[in-house]
Amino acid sequence: MKVLDAVAWLGAAVLGAVEYVGELGMFTVSGISHVFRPPYYPRQIGRAFMEIGYFSLPVVALTALFTGMVLALQSYTGFSRFGAESAIASVVVLSVTRELGPVLAGLMVSGRAGAAMAAELGTMRVTDQIDALSTLSTDPMKYLVAPRLLAGIIALPLLVLLADILGVMGGYLVGVYKLGFSSGGYLTSTFSNLQAQDVISGLIKAAVFGFLIALMGCFNGYRSRGGAQGVGSATTSAVVAASVLILALDYVLTQVLFAK
Amino acid sequence: MSEIKIRIRGLKKYFGAKKVLDGIDLDIETGTGMVVIGGSGTGKSVLLKSILGLVTPDAGSIEIDGVDVLKAPRGQARELRQQIGMLFQNGALFDSLPVWENVAFGLLAQKKVSRAKARDVAVEILAQVGLGVDVAGLSPSELSGGMQKRVGLARAIAARPAIMFFDEPTTGLDPIMGAVIDELIVDCVKKLGSTSIAITHDMASAQRIGDKAAMLYEGRISWSGPAAELLTTPDTVVDQFTHGRAHGPIKMALRK
Repeated sequence: MKVLDAVAWLGAAVLGAVEYVGELGMFTVSGISHVFRPPYYPRQIGRAFMEIGYFSLPVVALTALFTGMVLALQSYTGFSRFGAESAIASVVVLSVTRELGPVLAGLMVSGRAGAAMAAELGTMRVTDQIDALSTLSTDPMKYLVAPRLLAGIIALPLLVLLADILGVMGGYLVGVYKLGFSSGGYLTSTFSNLQAQDVISGLIKAAVFGFLIALMGCFNGYRSRGGAQGVGSATTSAVVAASVLILALDYVLTQVLFAK
Repeated sequence: MSEIKIRIRGLKKYFGAKKVLDGIDLDIETGTGMVVIGGSGTGKSVLLKSILGLVTPDAGSIEIDGVDVLKAPRGQARELRQQIGMLFQNGALFDSLPVWENVAFGLLAQKKVSRAKARDVAVEILAQVGLGVDVAGLSPSELSGGMQKRVGLARAIAARPAIMFFDEPTTGLDPIMGAVIDELIVDCVKKLGSTSIAITHDMASAQRIGDKAAMLYEGRISWSGPAAELLTTPDTVVDQFTHGRAHGPIKMALRK
């Protein structure tokens, strides 16, 4: 009997996982198709852009600044053992533009805007607001989901661009004012090793992460059930799923963009 | 004989092993108000959502103006369903929008009018449900339950629908406010000449807003007749439900 129970549990778990992936796949295709098909809702796009981009500015800016500062400090501690202190500026700028900028901004925005999206859509679901949209000749996918996907794809690269600048500035502040590098030398070292591809690859990653954050926020909110507890679960799932996917896809994208 | 606006035949909807709707047959004549009564969880909301296309039935047909919306091309089904205005149980107002934008949402969504014109129209409709212009700029969260229902009603009638659905319109309201909402519903339906379906537990409300009534029990329509006969019919299921008796066939069914 216990064996049968275990098999039943395993079967239910596999079916649940397949159902989740199938639903997510259909939701993704539907969401993307609505991004390209009119009618468009500019006010909703603007509102989502503000939510994801503008209101995430402080947290992304602070994260990037301190990450650049810590990176410079830690690099100095390690590199000074090998007499390679001059590489600090290069390490900071390459780390920030290629990896830390997009990943940390993605994680921060996921925790802030992704959670907010899931909570808002989840509340709309459990209070029948999404059904009400349908009765008012408005496709909820088009009105709620497509604008957020679009805003995510546009807003995160802009945030990452800012994070890149502030991360490098953090490294500069520590390098020049604490570690004693000359201002000109630090900047020269920074820009001599920086290539356009480093920045562009980070922005491509950011666009993908922005899409993922909006997708997981919308998907989990849209399918939430069961009142306040359901909305809470949806919010947690949105953040966890987006964070894990960001880290996993970061590896895949790095492999694709920098493989030799 | 009156024309049939909505004809439902053999409608079934199962959630797993649970047979929520198990062969619903129901006709709603044009211009009449049908009240569907039944216990909690008997599928009244699922019935409305099936007609609206928010739930996909497992079997059966739903005809609006003689066209089966379950089999019609998507565009035609959408057009037929656009005739329906719905007042949700809790209002379901969009809390990110002010009251006037809630009321004018359908007009703005269809891009038929400018925002300024839509606001004027919304204020006019709000006046029809007894709300002043001062309410138009408020957020739904700033309104009382009764006011939220009125705004929900205003939103439902804004597009002058030929069919109106009311999901428990008086739930959560005190008896006086419930009567006020019922009066508004009757008034709006009469002015628009709409066909309506209301689902409710409130017998006083059922008799005020319904011309006809139907009892949903064990997934089927077990009784239908004039709403005025709800409290006097000899049908034992309806009698137990409308008089709130603890003992009777409904309880026996629950004990199975």
